Amino acid sequence: MELASFLQILDSTVRLATPLLFACIAGLYSERSGVFDIGLEGKMLVAAFAAASASYATGNVWIGTAAGIGAALLFAAIHGLASITFRGNQLISGVAINFLASGLTVVLGSTWFKLGGQTPALTDGARFADITLPFARPATESLSGVGFVSGFYSHVISGHSILVYVALLLVPATWWLLYRTRFGLRLRAVGENPAAVDTAGVSVVALRYSAVAITGLLCGLAGAYMSMGLSAGFLREMTAGRGYIALAALIFAKWRPWYALAACMLFGLLDAVAIRFQNIDIGLLVIPVQFTQALPYILTVIILAGFVGKAIPPRAGGEPYVKER
Amino acid sequence: MAQATTGGRQATAAPLSPYAIELKGISKSFGPVRANRDINIAVPRGTIHGIIGENGAGKSTLMSILYGFYRADAGTILINGHETAIPDSQSAIRAGIGMVFQHFKLVQNFTVLENVILGAEDGALLNTSLARARKVLGELSREYDLDVDPDALVEDLSVGHQQRVEILKALYRQADILILDEPTGVLTPEEADHLFRILQGLKDQGKTVILITHKLREIMAVTDNVSVMRRGTMVGTVKTSQTSPEALAELMVGRKVLLEVEKKPAAPGRLVLDVRDLRVKDDAGVERLKGISLSIRAGEILGIAGVAGNGQSELLEALGGIADATGHVVMNGVELPLAGRRNNGQTRRAAGISHVPEDRQSLGLIMDFTAWENIGFGYHNAPEYQRNALLMNNAALRADTERKMATFDVRPPIPTLAAKSFSGGNQQKIVVAREIERNPDLLLVGQPTRGVDIGAIEFIHKQILGLRDAGKAILLVSVELDEIMGLADRILVMFDGRIMGERDPEKTNERELGLLMAGITETKGA
Repeated sequence: MELASFLQILDSTVRLATPLLFACIAGLYSERSGVFDIGLEGKMLVAAFAAASASYATGNVWIGTAAGIGAALLFAAIHGLASITFRGNQLISGVAINFLASGLTVVLGSTWFKLGGQTPALTDGARFADITLPFARPATESLSGVGFVSGFYSHVISGHSILVYVALLLVPATWWLLYRTRFGLRLRAVGENPAAVDTAGVSVVALRYSAVAITGLLCGLAGAYMSMGLSAGFLREMTAGRGYIALAALIFAKWRPWYALAACMLFGLLDAVAIRFQNIDIGLLVIPVQFTQALPYILTVIILAGFVGKAIPPRAGGEPYVKER
Repeated sequence: MAQATTGGRQATAAPLSPYAIELKGISKSFGPVRANRDINIAVPRGTIHGIIGENGAGKSTLMSILYGFYRADAGTILINGHETAIPDSQSAIRAGIGMVFQHFKLVQNFTVLENVILGAEDGALLNTSLARARKVLGELSREYDLDVDPDALVEDLSVGHQQRVEILKALYRQADILILDEPTGVLTPEEADHLFRILQGLKDQGKTVILITHKLREIMAVTDNVSVMRRGTMVGTVKTSQTSPEALAELMVGRKVLLEVEKKPAAPGRLVLDVRDLRVKDDAGVERLKGISLSIRAGEILGIAGVAGNGQSELLEALGGIADATGHVVMNGVELPLAGRRNNGQTRRAAGISHVPEDRQSLGLIMDFTAWENIGFGYHNAPEYQRNALLMNNAALRADTERKMATFDVRPPIPTLAAKSFSGGNQQKIVVAREIERNPDLLLVGQPTRGVDIGAIEFIHKQILGLRDAGKAILLVSVELDEIMGLADRILVMFDGRIMGERDPEKTNERELGLLMAGITETKGA
């Protein structure tokens, strides 16, 4: 394979991994606090829609981003209310959120834009611009005759929108927050044994709500990136299961931030390969494109079925906290 | 409560009152249940104060009020003579109260240090908190003989060490008053002794300790004063030196209780059970039972003593048809299958064996099922419970349950109540009723009185002795030496999957049995 296409694949790996990474880290906060969240998908979707709509209406990508975050936070609040305050079943609440998001985006989209559920294409000011880092060649320049280091820097490291860098910085930031701060200690504790937190005089409810709010915020960024970075507008069901893949990556990473980065990059790579190559001819037989496209989902199933080592979720995960006598 | 200060830490500066804690007129109801009724108690500073009472007497509710888990409906709390409102755990901690719960409140995959600082961090960043905690923990460990590795993960610690972490947590929060709820339930005798030395050390340093327990011996051994609760009321506070276990038991239950069971001499008859070279391997392939041979005759109780985890559970499971084993077990002259499809509880029951398992909540009962359903389990095919070939006669089963509940004094006697709604003692009575009422030739019984209150203990012991006097064979496994020595006609001591020796309960003592339990055979000529 020539260097140019190799670099192109890595470039799209980073782009495609970004929404996964946002969603995965989003899930990490919620699940570390003991609130399981299969509603990542729904929150991403509703955020992507809100972001694209607001951005189209105002022509301002930042207003779009704020709208996306707002929508995801609202959905996170619903999940929090159902699973923390009312001690409902967290899986059912998550499923409900996914259905709600899926239906609501299409209904509102059709009503507002009359385009069958999608938003009109966003113009430049309403999208995230790519950032060219210092010393990097512009992305438009041809890749031929470029050295690996220079090419890697210019096309894989440089030339992404701001959210890509935010997502990458999120990984060390999350690690630091989890393992070096009071908030992180309490967050990890409340997902393992809320009774320990409660008897230490710390509010279990407040901790879990803040974790769920962070999840909403990050899902908002994931959705905003999908509709205003990765694409130029909202398409119905555009998250296409990425929320579930992020969940699989989270389990694969055993709820740890650096491993989450690696897992999301792996899924991004699979996605990038599927897009870059159509039918892969390996001499004896041709691997159909459908197979490469299905790979991330197949991997998800394998991971969720527990084939890659035992992943132990936070012990108190999925269970509402009830003070015992 | 107008002048109530929330967590009056200033009170410790100039103690006016000789009492660390005074509770005045505390009442608390849960719906129609009056858990605490007009409780008055005064705990002098620098003493160890015992609180005893049967399960459901209201001890835990009272301590939960003191620790801010519940708010009392009426009454006042005085800490060091100052009226103090304790609306939440944070206020209790500020008021200098520390609590060691029966079920530890520790994060299993955290280190000791992390557990200690949780909720008591110095700032938003952890490194300063951790450094200070390490220093303070070192000092506390030396001062109170509370040796724990600060960097060990809690899940790797023994139960005794985990309890020390809980105590350290309280001391790190500068607790002056330490409440321990049933602290010895999960400890070995040595660990319990160590705990009592720690408590003594705390007392010597001027701390006040409240010890909640149902074990009279512990109350007698370590407390200065003892308060007795019964059905939500405080029946009295006495100086420990001026009372006796018998008097306390009577106060607890409200009637005379026989701590020593009255036992007629045994009249062993024909051989009922003969076990030869019984071996059991666990899932990991490790041999847990290493060739046990024993026999039990009709009309005798064979007691198995030992520290938990030395093969007693495996012995019961092999004999009860739960675990696969090798060797020979002959019951009434018929060899029993020890492995394969026919090695199960059903064939054991058919052979005349009943089993009261050690862990009643997982093996003896289905907690979400009703009492009458639980009474039917294992005997659901009995002809008297059948309406016809297809349908069960549930009405007959319920009627039978009502009768058994009356015979065994199960409270409340409501067959439609879920098993989990009964207290530990009454759950055990349900299991014992189901098994004993079948009139087995051999009763296997494990830890019959674990988590059972004193009134029910007496009752269950009487039932077991009654069965023996009716000419049945009984295998009794218990970690409570008192129980073994009180009931058994012969005692076998198990250690590491083997039988260390047989003793006559009339001619042995706790010390000798304790050595055998530790795997030490007596030196020659001693």
